[in-house]
Amino acid sequence: MAQQAITEYHAEAQDTTYNTSTGLSNRKLLMWAFLASDVMFFGTFIATYLVYRNRSLVGPYPENVLDIPITTISTFVLLMSSLAMVLALHYVREGAKGPGRFWIAMTAFLGLVFIIFQVVEFSTFVNEGLTPRTNLFGTTFFILTGFHGAHVTIGVMWLLMLLYGSFKGTLRSDNSLDLEIAGLYWHFVDIVWIVIFTVVYLVTANDGAPPGAPPFIHGG
Amino acid sequence: MTSTTMSIPRIFDRPKSTSGIWSWLGTVDHKRIGTLYGITAFLWFLVGGIEALMIRAQLARADSDLISPETFNQLFTMHGTTMVFLVVMPMSAAFFNWLIPLQIGARDVAFPRMNALSFWLFLFGGLLINVGWFTGDSPNGGWFGYAPNSGITFNSGSGMTFWAIGLSILGVASIAAGLNFIVTIFNMRAPGMTLFKMPVFTWMTLITSVLLVLAIPVIGVALIQIGTDRLYGTNFYNSINGGDPVLWQHMFWLFGHPEVYILILPAMGIVSEVLPTFSRKPLFGYPFIVFSGIGIAFLGWFVWAHHMFTVGLGPAATSAFAISTMAIAIPTGIKILNWMATMVRGSIKINTPMLFSISFIAMFTIGGLSGVMHAAAPSDAQQQDTYFVVAHFHYVLFGGALMAIFSGIYYWWPKMTGYMLNDKQGLVVWFLMLLGFNLQFAPMHWLGLDGMPRRIFTYSSEQGWEGLNALASTGGLILAIGILTFLFNVWYSKRNKVMAGNDPWDARTLEWSIPSPPPHYNFEQIPEVEYRDDFWYQKYPELLEHEDGHVPAPAGAQDDDEAAHDEHGGHGIHLPDMSYYPIMAAAGVAIGMGGLMAGYWVIVVGGILGMWGIIGWSLEPVNDPEPDVEH
Repeated sequence: MAQQAITEYHAEAQDTTYNTSTGLSNRKLLMWAFLASDVMFFGTFIATYLVYRNRSLVGPYPENVLDIPITTISTFVLLMSSLAMVLALHYVREGAKGPGRFWIAMTAFLGLVFIIFQVVEFSTFVNEGLTPRTNLFGTTFFILTGFHGAHVTIGVMWLLMLLYGSFKGTLRSDNSLDLEIAGLYWHFVDIVWIVIFTVVYLVTANDGAPPGAPPFIHGG
Repeated sequence: MTSTTMSIPRIFDRPKSTSGIWSWLGTVDHKRIGTLYGITAFLWFLVGGIEALMIRAQLARADSDLISPETFNQLFTMHGTTMVFLVVMPMSAAFFNWLIPLQIGARDVAFPRMNALSFWLFLFGGLLINVGWFTGDSPNGGWFGYAPNSGITFNSGSGMTFWAIGLSILGVASIAAGLNFIVTIFNMRAPGMTLFKMPVFTWMTLITSVLLVLAIPVIGVALIQIGTDRLYGTNFYNSINGGDPVLWQHMFWLFGHPEVYILILPAMGIVSEVLPTFSRKPLFGYPFIVFSGIGIAFLGWFVWAHHMFTVGLGPAATSAFAISTMAIAIPTGIKILNWMATMVRGSIKINTPMLFSISFIAMFTIGGLSGVMHAAAPSDAQQQDTYFVVAHFHYVLFGGALMAIFSGIYYWWPKMTGYMLNDKQGLVVWFLMLLGFNLQFAPMHWLGLDGMPRRIFTYSSEQGWEGLNALASTGGLILAIGILTFLFNVWYSKRNKVMAGNDPWDARTLEWSIPSPPPHYNFEQIPEVEYRDDFWYQKYPELLEHEDGHVPAPAGAQDDDEAAHDEHGGHGIHLPDMSYYPIMAAAGVAIGMGGLMAGYWVIVVGGILGMWGIIGWSLEPVNDPEPDVEH
């Protein structure tokens, strides 16, 4: 009853009743609107990448560094984290505490694995001579995938806070909306990665030196 | 209650005071945040105005050496940046904050603490942009920041970096505010208020918010790109390594044109409230005005390259953008005709807000017509980068947006403060502003067509531009006297208060049904809405009978139903508690981002402060338990 007493009129508490004009929770609507905003954010970075495709004046070029098989594995890991998120929400909604916590932790863990893949990839590229300062490919590649990685990192931290909340009792089946909203964000970040993987790795991975630019020779 | 066990230790108690400085620093009340936006924006308006006066003083005479070319660059850059991002946008935000909950019958916005965060980010971002006045190195690359001129190679000072950092922070503030108002308007309308019963100002706010949420990320990305170029040597706009100046122009104007509608749509909303009230007629063609607003916002995404006709995009692209730009004149024209039709055969009451609104229509139409002129690409090639363009956008942004904002200030002042602004003095303010404005900007049409370029710090007396420039500078002075008269008007009206009562204008929308100024909780009982302009028909039910033969229940008859909606019974109205986490998070972001220019330890300090703010915020319940139920 204390809960009722302290969450009287305020918008954020309307989530539990959805007593809103549309019947949707305020926070869920907020997340959807934010994702629309984030679409424009990533869309602009991806557009920049495509505009600057084949316009680097020096190497390394995509064909010299991009590794489709390794990235396919990390992509698979990230997609599986979406599955784990679906299962986590399912069990939290059902009130199954153990499986709920397990799948939240698994989602965060798979996200973390993806980030480790990215860190290794970035350092490999730097060792091969590609930094954000090297050429247009380096600039656009690192900033685009770096911001995606930052999104995944924020998602992992968010999931860890929800996991903590599940142990503290603030994440329960009756407010699984907390997890659902984090899930919307998480799935969105995965979908963005599908686009980045397609555009950066599948479409442009074989791009070599553009006409007039010198070929890239390792250690050269 | 579990949420209390999760709250992290606080250094300060949660703010509780209702007066004094702390009550403002910790406020989450939409009305107070609106006031903060309004006052801050007005102070920036004075700063931007002084910058404009300095520009006009320099240009008043030919071959003038009053101001150095370098200072001149800083002045026009900061004038543009200030007026767009620190004046017109936050002035609109002040009206959004004050009016949206009142117009839709809500007690606050959907996310009160996020609302406070928006304001503090706006304040700190604005300060960061202006840091240059103290370091002696202000931004000088134009408000559009064209790369590579704004890049480190050609512009090695710290000014443009602060500009990029400050604008990014303002962008976050705008996105947060936009999200907040989208959710508020969709989700928190009073029972019965369907979308097409909303006041037009609420509609325009909704459309503006959608534009903010979608357009700001584009400039955000561009600012990140120029920022990393300047700070870390990336190559986005580094021409030596292949960076493309035209890409910046595309990015900037893909944001920049929707931004134009972000500036003008709230003004259109204000005018759409003022004109019906003082014509004592319903707004003519409500659905046309709403759908025109939506049409403008949609078409606004397909016109950006009209800023780039002289870049050489090729005939196909140029033609397409010329056509889409001309097409946008259609919904705009529909609005203008509907506003005029609202006044036709109305019982027009002439007073300061009405005169400002009528001036808006006239000045905006002139600005719109010169806009159509440079929508024609061949004509634009003549006008590009001349004072003709300066005349055009001042007619839409000052003659348009700011005239409407002043109309809104005079119209809603009694609601916000409880007392009227003296109308006789208001007429003087209006007259001086309209006269000064036209003297200042009308001559620029001729100067521009005669070939006087923008952004030059002086010109030769042989050009024959001296007379018109002197006239423009005189106009600027009269305009400034008008603004000072406005300040006097405020001071005088505050000294000699004429109380307004709930509804001084006999107006139509819900905010006039409650006391002036509104109590903390706005509505004692959430109203039920049956009609568009519901408050008007509660006052004049006979008009409704005349219109569709249906007599509404007299006001107050739904009170019994209301009790069922009010969860609290008679236990008082609970509003979100105050919180100092928004200002802490905003300060952390500003210090951390400003630290990019100062050193890593500043970034660390800002980061810790910001993380503390955000984590404390997310663990803080919106309302603390009341003392008697805590255990």
